[in-house]
Amino acid sequence: MSTKLNVVAPVRKKSKLHNGQSMPHPLMRVFKGLVLTIACAAIVLPFVGIISTSFAGQDQITRAGGLVLWPEEFSLQAYESVFAGGVVSKALGVSIFVTTIGTALSLITTALLAYALSRPNMVGRGPMMMLVLFSLLFTPGMIPTYLAVKQFGLIDSLWALIIPTMVSGFNVIVLRSFFMGLPRELFDSAKLDGASEWQILRRIVLPLSKAILAVVGLFYGVGYWNSFFTALLYLNDSGLWPLQMVVRAYVVGGSQLSPAELGNPDVLPPQPAIQMAILMISIIPIVCVYPFLQKHFAKGVLTGAVKG
Amino acid sequence: MTTTNERPSLKELKVPAETRTSSRKPAAMPARPPKRLRTRLRENWMLTLFAIPAMVILLLFHYFPLLGNVIAFQDYLPFLGIDGSEWVGFDNFAILFNGDPAFLNAVKNTLVITFVQTVFVFPAPIVLALLLNSLVSNRLKGAVQSIMYLPHFLSWVIVVSVFQQLLGGSGFFNNWIRQHGGDALSIIGNPDGFIALITSQVMWKDTGWATILFLAVLSQIDTDLYEASSVDGASRWRQLWHITLPGMRGIIILLLILKLGDSLTVGFEQIILQQAAVGVGASEVIDTYVYNNGIVGGNWGVAAAVGLVKGVISVVLVLGANKLAHLFGESGVYQK
Repeated sequence: MSTKLNVVAPVRKKSKLHNGQSMPHPLMRVFKGLVLTIACAAIVLPFVGIISTSFAGQDQITRAGGLVLWPEEFSLQAYESVFAGGVVSKALGVSIFVTTIGTALSLITTALLAYALSRPNMVGRGPMMMLVLFSLLFTPGMIPTYLAVKQFGLIDSLWALIIPTMVSGFNVIVLRSFFMGLPRELFDSAKLDGASEWQILRRIVLPLSKAILAVVGLFYGVGYWNSFFTALLYLNDSGLWPLQMVVRAYVVGGSQLSPAELGNPDVLPPQPAIQMAILMISIIPIVCVYPFLQKHFAKGVLTGAVKG
Repeated sequence: MTTTNERPSLKELKVPAETRTSSRKPAAMPARPPKRLRTRLRENWMLTLFAIPAMVILLLFHYFPLLGNVIAFQDYLPFLGIDGSEWVGFDNFAILFNGDPAFLNAVKNTLVITFVQTVFVFPAPIVLALLLNSLVSNRLKGAVQSIMYLPHFLSWVIVVSVFQQLLGGSGFFNNWIRQHGGDALSIIGNPDGFIALITSQVMWKDTGWATILFLAVLSQIDTDLYEASSVDGASRWRQLWHITLPGMRGIIILLLILKLGDSLTVGFEQIILQQAAVGVGASEVIDTYVYNNGIVGGNWGVAAAVGLVKGVISVVLVLGANKLAHLFGESGVYQK
């Protein structure tokens, strides 16, 4: 009897998945593997091509007529020329400025508002919360926003890439719901000890909210780094372009970068290599912050989805 | 201590001065409401101060432009401004009804793109999430997720560049065809294939990311249901049909509502980046129409009118769809 049970038990266990579903059919598993492999390859392979081409030499690019899948020689010329102080270096500086300053300002203003709205005794909490919620439902539209930015004198100013999009109502609500979920006792005891709201925020709330602040900050940062349309709208002066506008002009638009535009590098690498190097520079920061994003974003997205 | 019942008692205990003033003068009751606000502000001025920077931004760049929509009723000229421009009533809105071919084309393209993307883009992450959810190995699942979420964080400029490098006239695919003696295919820059192209770009960028919500919902389905049904002899397909899909009903309806509210908004950045290659005939949508007519063309009043109507319709669609969801007994996006 007991031997029979021993035989049965492992079989039964093996045919169940962690979530209680039974084991899939072998053919089905092959099919799934195939679908997932193709899907992942469709995402990974283009990047392999871009990286390879940015390192490839003239001969190989000419032979391939464009993208190469693996560089035969390893050349840093494309990157050297891009960083030679021309259009691309300048745009990189602009993008870094807008992203760092923008993210910092966004996080500070958003966290302050979210904290204020999370405290029950705040004066004007109801109406302000309504204003934040309503801003999610009804957006003013492109033309009036443009005219407002123009009226405030921000056309052809880098601040136009930061200020109009600085506060996202969605992020305010995400942070607010997180703050409201913190244990009430923390606030009560801090108040009893005579802490001001600023001290509570600084010493208690912010240290407890590092993870969610990181997520919100990274989302803001990715938004600033990727923004191209605000630049298209508000910047007429191409000298102020962020990186995305440069990618648009020289990679999507296919304009050739002249040596002068590159800042007169010693050698002029093949255009496809330069283009892919520019593309790489605009992708790398995203790929670098991505692991941090991924670690937390499920939480951030879900908080917004459940409470929003 | 009349105020103690109305406010958190801890606060009162902490600030004895305030308590004393309010409890000592019960006769001053009618005068209390304004004073109460002032007291509250004195106690909590810091919180209101915290809110000011972000609220100012919101008022200046959200609510002020919202009022700026009045130019939809003007023959707006930038050098005259809102004060000086002539009021023309609903003249600008005539574009909506007078059968202007460019406008009708934009509306048609928008609706067709929305329809195609709802049919093809919307179900893709559901299928992918079901597929991922059924994987035995959690490590494999995690690795696939890591790869598939990434494109969501890339800008449209980069996504369009990547597609061009692969499928463009001198892109990887066409070079390969030429080297093998074939004729290059016009994929990018072909007006007939434009909707297919942008749909595949949206799928490439966002299918993986969109699984995140579905996977979260799937992980919350009670595993006992699978155990029990499997004991009763249910196949995997029957489990899918009777347990998994009903479990996802709520989130699918919620996302469809949001999609419906967004149905007049289709990939503006994505399309404006590629408009030059295919021309306005195939690629003009409502948002690009507003941009091309207003910002580029200087036809401010008409563009603002179109944008305003679009905004109003979107809000009506969201509210209507939400109502509909309530009628079907779903919770929808928000509840009263």
